[in-house]
This record gives sequence, C-alpha cells and structure tokens, in this order.
Amino acid sequence: MSGLRTVWTVLRKDLLLERRSFELLPAMALLALGTMIVLRFALDQDAVVGDLAAGALLVPLLFAALLGVSRLFAGEERDGGIEQFLLSPAPPGALLGAKVVGLALVLLALEVVLVPAFALLLFGEPLFPVLREVLLVLFLLDLTLATIGGLVAGMAIGARSRELIVPILVVPLAIPALIAAQAALAPVLEPGAEALAWRWPGVLAIYAVVLALVGSVVGEYLVED
Amino acid sequence: MTVRGLRPLTLLTVLLLAVGYGLAFFWAPLDADQGFRQKIFYLHVPLGIVALIGFVVGGYHGLRHLRGGKPGSDLRSYVAIHMAQIFAVAVLITGAIWGRTAWGKWWSWDEPFLVSFLIVFLLYCCYQPLRLSIDDPRRQARAASVFAVVAGAFVPINFAVVRMANQYLHPRTLTNSTDGSMPGSVAITFLVCLVAIAVLYATLVRYELLSKSTTFRLRALERQAGGDDLIPRRSAVPQA
Amino acid sequence: MPPAPAALPAAQPGPAPGAPPAIVSHQLLSAHGQRAVIRGLDLRIETGQTVALFGANGTGKSTLLTLLAGLRSPHGGTLEVLGHPLPAERWALRGQIGLVAHAPLLYRDLSIAENLGYHARLHGLPESRVDEVLGLADLQERRDQPVAALSRGLVQRSAVARALLSDPALLLLDEPLANLDPVAAELVAGLIAPRPGRTRVIASHDPAAGLAEADQVIVLGSGATVKYVGPAGPLSVADLESLYRA
Repeated sequence: MSGLRTVWTVLRKDLLLERRSFELLPAMALLALGTMIVLRFALDQDAVVGDLAAGALLVPLLFAALLGVSRLFAGEERDGGIEQFLLSPAPPGALLGAKVVGLALVLLALEVVLVPAFALLLFGEPLFPVLREVLLVLFLLDLTLATIGGLVAGMAIGARSRELIVPILVVPLAIPALIAAQAALAPVLEPGAEALAWRWPGVLAIYAVVLALVGSVVGEYLVED
Repeated sequence: MTVRGLRPLTLLTVLLLAVGYGLAFFWAPLDADQGFRQKIFYLHVPLGIVALIGFVVGGYHGLRHLRGGKPGSDLRSYVAIHMAQIFAVAVLITGAIWGRTAWGKWWSWDEPFLVSFLIVFLLYCCYQPLRLSIDDPRRQARAASVFAVVAGAFVPINFAVVRMANQYLHPRTLTNSTDGSMPGSVAITFLVCLVAIAVLYATLVRYELLSKSTTFRLRALERQAGGDDLIPRRSAVPQA
Repeated sequence: MPPAPAALPAAQPGPAPGAPPAIVSHQLLSAHGQRAVIRGLDLRIETGQTVALFGANGTGKSTLLTLLAGLRSPHGGTLEVLGHPLPAERWALRGQIGLVAHAPLLYRDLSIAENLGYHARLHGLPESRVDEVLGLADLQERRDQPVAALSRGLVQRSAVARALLSDPALLLLDEPLANLDPVAAELVAGLIAPRPGRTRVIASHDPAAGLAEADQVIVLGSGATVKYVGPAGPLSVADLESLYRA
C-alpha cells in the first residue's frame, strides 16, 4: 500500500474521530481565548498594535498548538492504534505524515476562531485590510508548528511522561518559527500597515521545508519501534 | 580505544592548550576598547564553535544509528551531545562574564550569538529527560537519535534566524569583536585556541566513551558471574 | 514431576515437508523494567501447528504473544517468526499476523464496520472483505454501533473479526473465548479453527479445552520460569493442572 494512500486512510479516520468526539478543537480554542484575556491584563492595554499585537496573536496560538501536540497520539495510545498500524503492511512513516497533516488542519481550523477573536478583543486597528498578509503568515506558521509537533509527538510515543516532554521539546524548536512570524507580522500590524517583508515568510517556509525533509528521513523510525 | 592510545592525545591537548593560551596572554595585542578583558574572547568563541559542532556531530551519529550503522552509534551520539552540553554551559558562563566586563551587564539580548546559544542550550536540555522517559532501551535509542538529527539540523537554522532578526530589530548592534578584520596575530592566536579547544573536546569524548564502554563490559561480566540483575537499570545513558 | 519434554514427532496436522518452522526461539529473554518476565525459552513450532499457552496471571503469556507479534523486542536470545529473525526483519511480518490481545485494538469511538474498514484499507483489502468477515462473525446487525457501546462479548467478537480480516498465517490469541456466551464461543471457535498453513498460539486458562486441540504446550511459571515446553501428546489434563499449581 502506498504511503500517500495510507496518509489519507489514517487522516480520514482521525478526522472522523475528531468530528465524533469534537473535544480537541474546542479545548484549543478556549485555551487560546483565555490566553488572550490574560494578555489583555498582562499588557494592561485595551488595544494593541505592532510588536505587541503580533505577540498577542502568536502566544495564544503557541499554547493551543502545545495542547494539540500532546493530544496527537492520545487516541492511538488509548485504543492500541499504533499496534494495529504496526500489524498491517502499511508504511510506518505514513502514520506520522497523517498526524502532521491532521495537526495542520486543526491549527488552520483554529485560526477561524483565533483571528476574529484577536480582531475583536485585542487589535487596535481594523484587521480586514491586512487580513491576507496575516493569514499567509499564520498558514506558514501552522505548517511549521504541525511538522514540529508531529516529530515531537512521534519521539514521545511510549514515553512515560509525555505531557511533560512534549511542551519542553516543542517550544525551543518553535522559537525560530515564532521569531520569523513575529518579525513578519509586527510591521503589518502597525497603524498604517507597512508592506509584508517577504523574507520572513520565506524563512518560515524554508524552516518548514527543512523540518519536513528531516522528518521524512527519520520519521519512520519513530513509529516502527 | 584503550588508555594507552589516549595518552598521546592527552599530551597533545595539554600542549596545544598551553601554546594557545600562552599566545593569547603574552603575544596577542591588547584590545583597543576593552583591554585585557577581551582575552576571554579566545576562550568563549572557540568553546561556542566547538560545542555547536559537537551537537551536529551528535546528529550525525544519531543518523548512523537510525540507518543501522555501527552498533556504538547511539553511544557516540550520546557522548558527543553530552560533552557539547558541558561546553555549552561554559559558553554561557564565559559569555555572561564577557558581557559583564564589556557592557556592564550579565546578559544582552543584542548579542545574537549568545541568544542563539541560549535557545540551542534550552533545546538540548531536553535530551536527557527525553531519554529517561522512555523505558524500552531500543525505543529510547531510536527517539534520542531522531532528536539528535532534528536538533542538529535546528542548530544552524536557529543561528541564521536569530542573526537575521537581530539585524532587523537592532540595525546598529554593538560592534562585535569577531566582526571586521582581525590583526594577524589575533587571527593566528584565535586559530590555535580553536584547534586546542577542538582537540580538548575530542579527547574528552574519547575518555567518556572509554569510561562508558568499560562500565558496560564490567556490568556484562558481573551479570555473567552473578546471574541476577539481568536487565540494565533504567537510565538516560545508552545501554550499548 | 512434570514429564520431561520428549522428542516425539508432533501429533496431528504435521508440518508440510520442507516447510520452514513458524516460530523458532533460543534462550528468549524479555523484561519489564528490571524484572525478567520470560527467561530461557526455547521454542520450535512448525507451520500449521497449534500451541496452547498456559500460565497463571502475570507469568508472561501476553508478553510472549506481543514478542511473537513483533510488537516488542526481545532483551536477549534469538527469535525467528515465519522465517524472519526479530527484531531485525520485523517489517517482513507485517500483515501476516493476526493478534487478539487483551486490549481489543479497536477505536472505541468508531463503529465495528468503520474499525474493520480502516483496518482493511491499511491492509490494502477490498471493502467486500469487511462485509464477508462481519457476516462470518455474525456482526452484520451491529455493524454501525460504536465499539464503546458494545458489550464485552461483542467487543471480543469484533476483535477476532479484526484479527482475521487479512487471513493471517500466524494467529496469536490471548484468551479468544473470554467474555463469550456458549453460542458466541462456538461461533468464534469455528472462525479461529485450524486450517492448513495457519499456525496458532492460543493463551488460555482452560487446561482441558486448550490441551484438546494443541500440538504443543507451553506452561509459564512465576519468576520468569518455563515449566514445560513440548508436545501435547504425553500430557494429561491432570498433569497440566498440577503444573499450573506447582
């Protein structure tokens, strides 16, 4: 069975499970919203622009992503999904690939809540004129975070204290991506928005591609115990 | 590698360190701005470079382990990373001392080398906890090797991004001592110190490898003799 | 004293001449943490044989089954399953082993049909095979119920159906008839019955039933001991029971 078909098979199963239980996405959205409220008081400002605005968008996203990553293999471990997968002739790397795509989709779905909430609650300028730039940067950041998340969750399969290991690994790996996203968004979110400096989305894309390449080389070893 | 083989390497290390830091203290000129305090540059920067290379070497051995290379690859990866972690602590300490003497503060976010180093250090701090949290030795070696490869690739990317961001956020950073043209004597001294620190790293790695493999052999003999204590204790150290 | 393992030829469905043994192990060692669970196990099981695996709780029956399935690496000794040394050639076993473990290995939020459909796609089997197996296991009426809502007996039947989906050459069954009423037990027993080329390792707590269909018997004891490995022929139910209690 080919890798891409397996990715699709696992992804379809995961989306069906998430649709049925519908627990991860609401939890991530609630955590992101709660973080925004904390930021409102931590920054002590009713509305933020520029650097602070970019940070106030990215920090809730990071927290929500951490939640998503630590739950990535929860269903598999609970119901013996990894054993099931390993008993089948499907290529092992495809399981990790499906998890990365699934996490990316969940993060993108989260933006549907996160971006309007940010525009209404925190951002001091109208968001609509710069929406395209913001969504582009978030899209690239989501892909990068999903790749990091897939790799880290894969490393932590079978770890005893997964919920400890996963966040402390994800955060340092995500820092370059968050720096790039912050540098890309900050000028865009200034009053009288500046144009997007293309090198930052470029950096994000390069980082995502490098991680994906590394993951495709080493990822299969994580599933095949 | 035996103790006998390590002796010449150890002597070479001592010699190179003596020559390198002899040159640094007695031959290289005093820095115009910072004076004697700038001498720490000959320690801080080589340590940093060698630590980073050590992390990447750990990734290389990790990849060899995954690819079914030599059986000791996981142990080599572990030792390379472990020693680089120790060097990295020294980098952060010497960096802080340098910052204190040069700019009057222990930490500066304007120094991309130091900031990148902190991030890399933070990531590698998770290496032993990751190993320790996985009981199955085979799985532990797998996950640790993947970590080593991913983190090894992360090191240069992280440096590039932090440096780019630093230029963007602080267009006029403090003049970096490594920038610009170095006088010939400074360059030569720096190179000798770099080689000395690199050889020091290689020697210490050899010592640790020898120590670990001797411990394994001893334990194997104990097991043969005693029969019990069949299974190695849970540990972050690879059970080669 | 337990009878010594005699070098008798195996009883009924004998191995096809020249066929490689299904399972060979030598001084197999496995541990949980620092405690050895299986130690010094030597096995030779021919293709098509049925092995009854006995032992009180905690003597390593499930561990042995996961070792044979390639889901766990031995800590020592050698193990060859279907001609492939483990763990080196674990990939080669993929799709050839049907495992009914203690856990059902089914997603509890999916229905029986969805679970089997997922498994069939992983194995590259046609959708029609799912219907076929659902029919064989008499699960057609329940096919759309989520596993979480099923009784334990029905979950067990679904787990057996999942394991049989790819018609595997090696069946590893951990108490396959547990939680089943007599009618269902008969149905499942038929599904997992011996067939030419199908090797079975069955862990059970029922000496009489286990011995009746076994070619070979393994009895594991506490403290990682192996109490008996060998042909079933010379053993009586009383022997087995005394081994069990010893």
